[in-house]
Amino acid sequence: MKALKIIRITAWGAVAIVGGVLLAFSGILPGVEKPGALTSSTVTGVAAIGGPFELTTHGGETLTDEDLEGKPYLVFFGFTHCPDICPTTLFELSGLLADLGPDADKIKPLFITVDPERDTQELLASYMTSFDTRILALRGTKEQTDQAAKAFAAYYEKVPLEGGNYTMDHTAGVYLMDAEGEFMGTLDLHEPRETQLRKLRRLADTAA
Amino acid sequence: MKLVKTLALGLVLSAATQGVLAHDYEAGPLAIDHPWARATPPGAPVAGGYLTITNTGTEPDRLLGGSSDAAEAVEIHESTITDGVARMRPAEDGIAIAPGETLRLEPGAAHIMFVDPAKPLKDGERFPATLTFEKAGDVAVEFAIVPMGATPEAPQNHEGHGAPVSQ
Repeated sequence: MKALKIIRITAWGAVAIVGGVLLAFSGILPGVEKPGALTSSTVTGVAAIGGPFELTTHGGETLTDEDLEGKPYLVFFGFTHCPDICPTTLFELSGLLADLGPDADKIKPLFITVDPERDTQELLASYMTSFDTRILALRGTKEQTDQAAKAFAAYYEKVPLEGGNYTMDHTAGVYLMDAEGEFMGTLDLHEPRETQLRKLRRLADTAA
Repeated sequence: MKLVKTLALGLVLSAATQGVLAHDYEAGPLAIDHPWARATPPGAPVAGGYLTITNTGTEPDRLLGGSSDAAEAVEIHESTITDGVARMRPAEDGIAIAPGETLRLEPGAAHIMFVDPAKPLKDGERFPATLTFEKAGDVAVEFAIVPMGATPEAPQNHEGHGAPVSQ
């Protein structure tokens, strides 16, 4: 009986390891600048994500990576010409922050627009009134936006469309960054709420 | 016994509620189920529209686009998330609906895109739009607005039901 149990545990352990490796290489995890091309820095760990950036909040204040020192935060990229996942992510985050209770105050939630051309500060200020007031929408110049994307090894690209319009491709994940500024993983909007809350509590717990 | 009765009553009530909330349209062989949209934040430059279309006929048809007084333009878009990257593209030639098939426009997949809504979409309201099909032509429908982040009940299966639900 005992031997059987050990075999069973070993087998499940192996399944977990193989699953983890598959997940790491499948590109589901962010931090892969070019989809499919895993760089050595992402394999060796957290150093690849997190770096200098300077952006402006929808309230008009400057926010840099240095302002976030010692504070856990979460960050995702999007744009307002996105009918579906961007507002839904903001909506879901608002609900999660409400459910977190006092812990939510320890986390800074950030939404960085990849479309500063159309997402003006005025538009973002109006847009954000629908969501938890603790969530900051951030924008910058093209250079500042590039710098922010680079800091999180995020991908975005402007895609021209017929008639002079365009759309944006962008990394969809929510990054969790601990108080040390190190990448703690991602929040998946499709995973059970309990899992999401557990991840956010763990994130809040890193606060000094 | 009492439990069975209560359960039965619950089923009848939930079916009735669904009947009131759902709204269906028919355009020749096309059955269009419950067009809906989500409430939008103020200033949102776009809104997504969703519905289910079943082709009960023997000929293929194609959803090409549409129009609405509630928005500057109505387009058909396809969204994907591949390798962690979200992408959205206009469906240039529309979306085909083969005979016997059901096309589901839903969040995270193909959707109707209302560009530059005249005003923010409000939960509980409805707005009219026209859908344009290659063969069925123009079909007037109404989109029901649900709260942000919400998804209406799955459209009911028509088979086995009586008369189509009136609007």
